[in-house]
Amino acid sequence: MKNIKVLGSGCSNCRATIERIEQRANELHVDVELEKVEEIQEIMRFNVMSTPGVVVDGVLVHAGGVPKPAQIDQWLR
Amino acid sequence: MSESTPDLSTPRLRHPRLKLAIAAVVWFALYELLEPFSHLLVNALPIAHEGHLAGALQFFLYDTPKVLLLLTGVVFLMGIIHTYISAERTRSLLAGRGLGIGNAMAASLGIVTPFCSCSAVPLFIGFLQAGVPLGVTFSFLIAAPMVNEIALGMLFALFGFRIAALYLAMGLLVAILAGTLIGRLRLEGYLEDWVRELQQKPAVAPGIAQTTSHLDWSDRVGSGLDHVRDVVGKVWPYIVAGVALGAGIHGYVPEDFMASLMGRDAWWAVPAAVVLGVPMYTNAAGVIPIVEALLAKGAALGTVLAFMMSVIALSAPEMLILRKVLKPRLIATFAGIVASGILVVGYVFNIVL
Repeated sequence: MKNIKVLGSGCSNCRATIERIEQRANELHVDVELEKVEEIQEIMRFNVMSTPGVVVDGVLVHAGGVPKPAQIDQWLR
Repeated sequence: MSESTPDLSTPRLRHPRLKLAIAAVVWFALYELLEPFSHLLVNALPIAHEGHLAGALQFFLYDTPKVLLLLTGVVFLMGIIHTYISAERTRSLLAGRGLGIGNAMAASLGIVTPFCSCSAVPLFIGFLQAGVPLGVTFSFLIAAPMVNEIALGMLFALFGFRIAALYLAMGLLVAILAGTLIGRLRLEGYLEDWVRELQQKPAVAPGIAQTTSHLDWSDRVGSGLDHVRDVVGKVWPYIVAGVALGAGIHGYVPEDFMASLMGRDAWWAVPAAVVLGVPMYTNAAGVIPIVEALLAKGAALGTVLAFMMSVIALSAPEMLILRKVLKPRLIATFAGIVASGILVVGYVFNIVL
């Protein structure tokens, strides 16, 4: 099972990112463990300067803006 | 994660440059057609052609599409510029710069670097960690939300080139001077301790490599379109509301209604505008309807611009977020310096213009 973390302090883009990933995972029937990381010190551990950031299995794969559907599909595959 | 080059299934744009040229021509044609078309439309309506209502309608039907069209153009160009510069790139340009030059660069880069106020804190820490001086970081943080393409585009569309240029120059000046001053005061000790620790040991995690070199024009145009969808999709109701408000009071409320309250003779109007702006929290788009209404009714330009800068650059929620990384004394210094800068800008405008 993939662990996906969404880094961000609860802004609207962060919420949209989580919703999109959740929805896409359901559609593709992929099991994911989705985590919302809002603590700033935790966010900084990944050296992210633009939120929302997305971390897949411990690797930062995206930063800044709501990811495109095609990107999400790639992470879930 | 990185087995092959990503095949993003977003449709590739063919002949992006040709299409860009065609779009530009269409844009200019539309812009030129707006005025005759709005006349035609108002004349076709069964109302008195010389009355207040016709005047208000004409204003609304001409100004709304004009502002939207101009804003779309500006935001699209900014979306393309964003493919050339990222927060990471700006950071590496600013790392190790001294006060003065560094502050001027930071404020200018603040205009073009993609920035969302919700990323202010990560960005702040990321800058410090990479060796960008505190004062230079503040110049960036002050300029980025205040002097952006939305504020400038809307000011330009509604009030013309002169006011937009003045806002740009004054916004940059406040950001540069405030940042320089904060740098001179040597307030590094008032960063929260965990931030200081981070500052002393640079990041180990590589972060994300945001290379922009492999992008072609199809990607850049795509980024421009995304930015338009994002920004214009969000702010258009404010624009319609702003123009409607302007049209509504056009000819109904006396021209000098606000003159005694917020005119240039009222010395206390500028500080009052700055203080009023702090608890108000909205983006550049949200404040425009108010600015439109105030200016139309005789409020002094300096007072109104001071109000606008205060609303955007100084906000209570932002201070609360910054509290996580700054000790109260540094927040107070930051707010005090920026507020004083805006105050001076307001007075200078009122005296000079």
